[in-house]
Amino acid sequence: MSESNLTEARARLWRPAPLLPKEDERDGALVFVVAVLCFLACVAALAALAADRAATGWRRELSGEVLVQARPGPNETPALAAERAAAALAGVPGVTEVVALGRSEAEALLEPWLGRGGLEDLPVPQLVVVELDREAPARRGALDAALQADGVDAVIHDYEAYLGDVRRAGSLARAGAVGTAALIACAAAAVIAFATRAGMAARREVVEVLHLSGAEDAMLARLFQARFAKLAAVAGVIGAGGAAVIAAGLRALSGSGGFLPILPVDWSDLPWLLLCPLLAAFIAALSARRTAMELLAGFE
Amino acid sequence: MVGPGRNPARYEGPAVRFESVGLRYGRQPETLRDVSFDLEPGSFTFLTGASGAGKTTLLKLIYLALRPTRGLITAFGQDVATLPREAVPALRRRVGVVFQEFRLLDHLSAFDNAALPLRLAGLKPKAYRDDVGELLAWVGLGERMHAMPATLSGGEKQRLAIARAVVGKPDVLLADEPTGNVDHDMALRILRLFVELNRLGTTVLIASHDQDLVRQSGKPVMHLARGKLGPASVGRAA
Repeated sequence: MSESNLTEARARLWRPAPLLPKEDERDGALVFVVAVLCFLACVAALAALAADRAATGWRRELSGEVLVQARPGPNETPALAAERAAAALAGVPGVTEVVALGRSEAEALLEPWLGRGGLEDLPVPQLVVVELDREAPARRGALDAALQADGVDAVIHDYEAYLGDVRRAGSLARAGAVGTAALIACAAAAVIAFATRAGMAARREVVEVLHLSGAEDAMLARLFQARFAKLAAVAGVIGAGGAAVIAAGLRALSGSGGFLPILPVDWSDLPWLLLCPLLAAFIAALSARRTAMELLAGFE
Repeated sequence: MVGPGRNPARYEGPAVRFESVGLRYGRQPETLRDVSFDLEPGSFTFLTGASGAGKTTLLKLIYLALRPTRGLITAFGQDVATLPREAVPALRRRVGVVFQEFRLLDHLSAFDNAALPLRLAGLKPKAYRDDVGELLAWVGLGERMHAMPATLSGGEKQRLAIARAVVGKPDVLLADEPTGNVDHDMALRILRLFVELNRLGTTVLIASHDQDLVRQSGKPVMHLARGKLGPASVGRAA
């Protein structure tokens, strides 16, 4: 092929090159920093999901059970009082199961506070565990009425007070994790803004020539926006991938309890991590655009 | 030659008008003082003056890289001081500039550099591919169109910068010392190229301290000295 034919062939194959230089030596460092931030954000998001799941589980467990302490009447043994309370509560709508605990089971409940043994001389309360229907649990009033109807003197301990604490603890854990994720997102935006400034400073000559050749500010901003969105998306994939691998590994190793019983991770949490590259790209695009527009406003 | 096309809403008055324009950088004395002139559409003018006389500054005011500190500049009938920022790119696309130091983009090939104004004007590659190739051949870079600027000689860079400036078929062409880096023969060739463009209707203003070239052109001359414009004269044709 002659030289001119070769030139012609190259002209036919020609495609416009990107207006900004393709690579920058700082890109690697930026991807690393944003990937680390994405990883931390993903871990925080997983923690938020797990905290929410744990709080929901605790709430369900606590609201599905009521403890009744039967007080024996004159000439009545504690065990008999408990049996009568159990019989009175068994037929109440919304109650699925009633179990009168024996003395040994009641002592086992006290063991964490009073230690093993030595309870023989203490008046250990006779307890009745009432399992409630999760969908339509019996109200406290209905239980009271059933006990009174059968002439049983008893105190009902539901877990309303604890439920409030559990709700607050769950909300706090969730808010903490969401706040951490939001802080990390802000840090990522700041890093991208800094990188955009550095990138524009390094390419000032290119930007100026484009500007003086008739490029509109929005078009120039789009160049930086697209560039940093792409880098952030790559970093997001790396960060989310790292978090997913670790979470999946721990989940697989520790079974349905998750890597910590108080923060149970589920397989269904992992698809949420797919949002990370999208969010990272979105935040980077916004940050880069805003910074680029600000800097371009300084150009004549 | 290709281009986004001359602006259909053509202004009948001077392409560029300066009225008592002054410019100072910071607190320094004025770089330009009371500069007034008209560039009529289709005119060909040289701007001469010693180094530091303010030639480049004056060109920068025309292509809106600088704003005057006083006086009035109108481009195509529009007061540049009151021009909204969004309107500036469109106005700049009507002005082709050959920068003194070329200002080619090193990461783009000669072809992509030459095609830049068309690309920025929103034209599709298909629409300008052949014409940019023809233009590069016209300036003698037909065989070098895929070369990167770093591999071009000074003269080739100069011609590439000229190709980029004229590819958009601008209404006004500004050239800052366009023959500063080339030998006399190449300077004459470049001058002929500008004359040819001028014949096609482009208003040309060339800042140069090459007195031989100015004399040979036989074109009107504006002379700047210490920031002030002297009376217009005419270069004597060789």
